[in-house]
Amino acid sequence: MNLGLKMLFGVLILAVSCQTREQLNTSIVIESKTAVDSVTGLVIDKNFELVRGQCTACHSAKLVTQNSASREGWEQMIRWMQRDQGLWDLGENEVLILDYLSLHYGPKKKGRRTPLTTIDWYYLQE
Amino acid sequence: MNRSFKKKSYWSRRKFIQTSSAVTISSLLAPTLLTGYHLRASGISQPGLPGKHPDMLVLNDRPWNTEAPAHLLDEEVTSMDRLFVRNNGLVPSEIDPEKWTLEISGESAVTTKTFTLAQLKSDFEHYTYQLVLECGGNGRSEFDPPAKGNQWTTGAVGAPKWTGVRLKDVLQRAGLKADAVYIGYYGKDTHLSGDPQKVPISRGVPIKKALEDESLIAWAANGKDLPLMHGYPLRLVFGGWPASTSGKWLSRIVIRNQVHDGAKMQGQSYRVPCKPVAPGSKVADEDMCIIESMPVKSIISYPRTGAIIKKNQILEFHGHAWAGDQSVTKVDSSVDFGNTWHPLELKLPSNPLAWQHWSGKMKFPYPGYHELWVRATDNLGDHQPMVVPGWNPRGYLNNACHRIAIRVE
Ligand code: HEC
Repeated sequence: MNLGLKMLFGVLILAVSCQTREQLNTSIVIESKTAVDSVTGLVIDKNFELVRGQCTACHSAKLVTQNSASREGWEQMIRWMQRDQGLWDLGENEVLILDYLSLHYGPKKKGRRTPLTTIDWYYLQE
Repeated sequence: MNRSFKKKSYWSRRKFIQTSSAVTISSLLAPTLLTGYHLRASGISQPGLPGKHPDMLVLNDRPWNTEAPAHLLDEEVTSMDRLFVRNNGLVPSEIDPEKWTLEISGESAVTTKTFTLAQLKSDFEHYTYQLVLECGGNGRSEFDPPAKGNQWTTGAVGAPKWTGVRLKDVLQRAGLKADAVYIGYYGKDTHLSGDPQKVPISRGVPIKKALEDESLIAWAANGKDLPLMHGYPLRLVFGGWPASTSGKWLSRIVIRNQVHDGAKMQGQSYRVPCKPVAPGSKVADEDMCIIESMPVKSIISYPRTGAIIKKNQILEFHGHAWAGDQSVTKVDSSVDFGNTWHPLELKLPSNPLAWQHWSGKMKFPYPGYHELWVRATDNLGDHQPMVVPGWNPRGYLNNACHRIAIRVE
């Protein structure tokens, strides 16, 4: 899906979020794989606003979106930021933030070496 | 506790772009007061980093973290617009080189000394060395399970020519007590949280590394003042060690009677498990050792991956190889996934701790999809692994062979 469409979905879902909870959840389930916030790059789904609010104060969301980890791994990163980097107690939001992070930014399987991907082929002149 | 990760370990034997607003390359280059660089306040992703080649890959824009695609690193001496940026905090907003000072202090300094930039330049001999800087986490993106932090691929490395004074000459002016074991640095960058009490990063090196001829306090790179992103007006440069030891916006060096305990010296930062662990293991802080010299590694900087050539067309290819504190003695290539390796032509470094250039040419007699792999070997006999080496929680030291895709028609 191209960026324009992604942004359109972003706008659609934000618009939908003013409607009832049920409607909101249905559209999220269907579109969650592709709807990405055009400003932060975060997946737009349940708890997106919460994560945007809590996790982009110090650094950009790129640090979130380029990482992937299990729920425990995300929890460890939060603990590290709380211990060393001045992150506050997230209170009851922590569970919701972990739900969001582990759902959308869960571990990726790579093995010991992945095939070369996204190759931009071109003719090399002699 | 403060064991460090040394040579004889198990892993290896040494083990902008044109933003729409004209935020302003000129303000970045301005030699005096630097203001108006407030990307944090803007809060919006910028397409690239001012002063950097437009093809640099931006991993993060707050703080700035960018790396070079391999083909941008083709120059023998890396241009500053192509050198990776790994910022841990926010770039200082006001820099006045006329008022900049460097303090040498610490419990193992005989006296505390303070130098202005002008004094450093006039009181000490100048040296220029080409030195490799590589982020300890270069290659992190390949670890499985994924390692935390910026997901560097292959481009968090480069080798500009740095000019400055020898760290040892400056340290000796303050005097080292007999119990001195380590130096630590402090810079003028600020913590991401905005808390002025918090230090974004304060690392260092053992005295032995600090006293090497090539260990510099530098104010210039490739004959010009340091770019703002690279520590203007003053920084440390330790070739061959994790680049996080080469503190930027340098304002103070402490001579320590213990391993320096500044921010990101402890815990799991820039450390690997002292003993090998299974992928995904939880490792206690006390079982993590500080990374010292970086392992042997190489990149194919020409051609860019994805080259399509004709059958029997001669493919010329080249790149660089480096090996932390060691030197590279051999570079080989393979087009059959390591079944056979063929030696390449290798040059000597321009000085110790510089990278070395290698080149080769070959014909591909068979049409189809091929991969060109390159493997460097150092003077201790260590060579690069073809697979991703020992997993570690923060994803450091991935020196697996670089490879590019070639299609023969
Ligand atoms: C109080 C400031 C602050 C807030 C708020 C904050 N972080 Fe961080 N975070 C940091 C700092 C500082 C770093 C280190 C940045 C660096 O090294 O480039 C960091 C690093 C990270 C990293 C990289 C981890 C690593 O090991 O290098 C991730 C992922 C991350 N943060 C996610 C989050 C998430 C998710 C949230 C919301 C719960 C969040 N951050 C909120 C300060 C913060």
